[in-house]
Amino acid sequence: MLTRRAAMFSAAAAVLMLTTPALSQDLKLPRQKVELVAPPFVHAHEQATRQGPRIMEFTLTIEEKKVVIDDKGTTFHAMTFNGSMPGPLMVVHEGDYVELTLVNPDTNSMAHNIDFHSATGALGGGELTMVNPGEQVVLRWKATRSGAFVYHCAPGGPMIPWHVVSGMNGAVMVLPRDGLNDGKSKALKYDKVYYIGEQDMYVPRDEKGNFKSYESAGESYNDTLEVMRKLTPTHVVFNGKAGALTGKNALTAKVGENVLIVHSQANRDSRPHLIGGHGDYVWETGKFSNAPETGLETWFIRGGSAGVAMYKFLQPGIYAYVTHNLIEAVELGATAHFTVEGKWNDDLMTQVKAPAEIPAPKTN
Amino acid sequence: MLIAFKLKLALACAAGLAAPLGVAPLLDDTTSSGKTPHEPPAFVELQPGTVSYRVAGDFTRADRQIEAPLTSVRFTRPLSIMRHQVSAADYQRCVDTAGCRALNPGIKPVADRPAVQISWHDADAYAAWLSRSTGEHYRLPTDEEWAFAAGSRYKDDSLPVDDSDPSRRWLARYARESNRESGIGIEPQPSGHFGVNENGLHDVSGNVWEWTSTCFVRTRLDEKGQAISKNSNCGVRVAEGQHRSYVTDFIRDARAGGCAAGVPPANLGFRLMRERKSWISQLSSGLGKALSIARS
Repeated sequence: MLTRRAAMFSAAAAVLMLTTPALSQDLKLPRQKVELVAPPFVHAHEQATRQGPRIMEFTLTIEEKKVVIDDKGTTFHAMTFNGSMPGPLMVVHEGDYVELTLVNPDTNSMAHNIDFHSATGALGGGELTMVNPGEQVVLRWKATRSGAFVYHCAPGGPMIPWHVVSGMNGAVMVLPRDGLNDGKSKALKYDKVYYIGEQDMYVPRDEKGNFKSYESAGESYNDTLEVMRKLTPTHVVFNGKAGALTGKNALTAKVGENVLIVHSQANRDSRPHLIGGHGDYVWETGKFSNAPETGLETWFIRGGSAGVAMYKFLQPGIYAYVTHNLIEAVELGATAHFTVEGKWNDDLMTQVKAPAEIPAPKTN
Repeated sequence: MLIAFKLKLALACAAGLAAPLGVAPLLDDTTSSGKTPHEPPAFVELQPGTVSYRVAGDFTRADRQIEAPLTSVRFTRPLSIMRHQVSAADYQRCVDTAGCRALNPGIKPVADRPAVQISWHDADAYAAWLSRSTGEHYRLPTDEEWAFAAGSRYKDDSLPVDDSDPSRRWLARYARESNRESGIGIEPQPSGHFGVNENGLHDVSGNVWEWTSTCFVRTRLDEKGQAISKNSNCGVRVAEGQHRSYVTDFIRDARAGGCAAGVPPANLGFRLMRERKSWISQLSSGLGKALSIARS
């Protein structure tokens, strides 16, 4: 363990030597500090803005911690941005600058960094942000493309997939300055936004088939890598845990509300489906410079991307939001629920005849 | 024997082999000693009485789903029901003597905790095995009997909502199931962990739901509230606990068998009734079905 840790540190140090700070001169732009909130919620933001570009200041603090990922009590050594899996959604507007302070407290054991799919150059910022425990770094990048994009840790070699499937992933949403539209100049506004980060997990089992628990992330590494290389996750979950978005933590909406759902998957394909509802406007690839598709039943999130769907709930009741590989949804955990209040619309659906015996066939 | 078994547990714990203990070695020990494989389990005698009971199953009136009727069920004879849920050690004995199917791979039974990951068929097989090996007659309780024995821990699952809007019922049920006592976890707990009810039953409505013999029944009522028809599906049985659940009879883990949007039982286990000998000639195991809705 010690030697592995030392190795990780020296690798990180080598990268740091090559990348002495080369940050540009100060920009003369207004600054705005944003307090991030944990998923599935999203920090307050304007949808369309009349203000000019700003420097949006965010802080992500890396936290390595042991968590429970299902109701069977399976433990997992999570690596997180701000303590949550996924990390928080950051919302800015096209043309803004994102100024991120990445903090790696000395309570952590590993070097980490961050690769923004929305940023340009330096492996998405990964080359400029490697921090050892006890260090922090500030990176600024310009949001030149609108859409929802994944960010994730990418500390080099086999550390990359391991850190990503251990929880170090999240998303940025860069909105057009004049807000969302349907591709035909009609503005689209949402009443509510949820961020659903999907995560595949690879937990080793013992010889009896029970999930193993480890003292530290380092000790779990070799076994975990073996499971990862089989490409068959033991858990596929939303928001870091099977059942994280059901029951008391179910998502809520009202009939008539437009709900925006940002869905990211940093590592593996997914196919969101709202059981009982639809996607009115879906940016399947997540990029707002493309017109959204309309009226979808299921959409596809490519591994390593984030997609965005907007839906106006038309009927009250319980909805399940799943990945429509139903084995993953039901057996592996990828199910969230919406509880929707409002008035039932008989025109959209009616039980014409309640269940009853099959009538006897007419004999004549 | 039971005392000896408990002693063994205690000694094992004292020796530093703290729980959770695998049951297999202990059980091998007891069976190889040549003693009888089990002792009669502890029973509670319930004196005759009545229970206010919400009839299980679905009810429609003039083709609309309605609340199931609330009835008063009277038991004229004493009932005998297990004080504890059947333990993992008890169930393992049945497995060891080929009376019951083994638990699924990966399930770690702990001797002094309730048997969980038990399907209705497993519970039924256990009752048959226990009856065979003791000469007594054991069976699952009907849902009415369970409600009577559960006493104050039986919860009326009525949802007084506007039946003209089906979503109200779904939302109300979802909210209630979601709000059930949180923080109790799903790990089966030692006997007595969830307390004793006024009838002396342990752990009623803890985190282990108990199978009953009651089938899922759909009853159609006409405008006047008279039953037109009843349709019984005995592939689905009532499992009782913090809330009433209808579970497919071969499901062992309701957590993985639930529908898209409900809150399923945390664990499936059971306890049994013991028939008085004199009853056996008069009543069959179909008692529950005969008793159920006829009274409403």
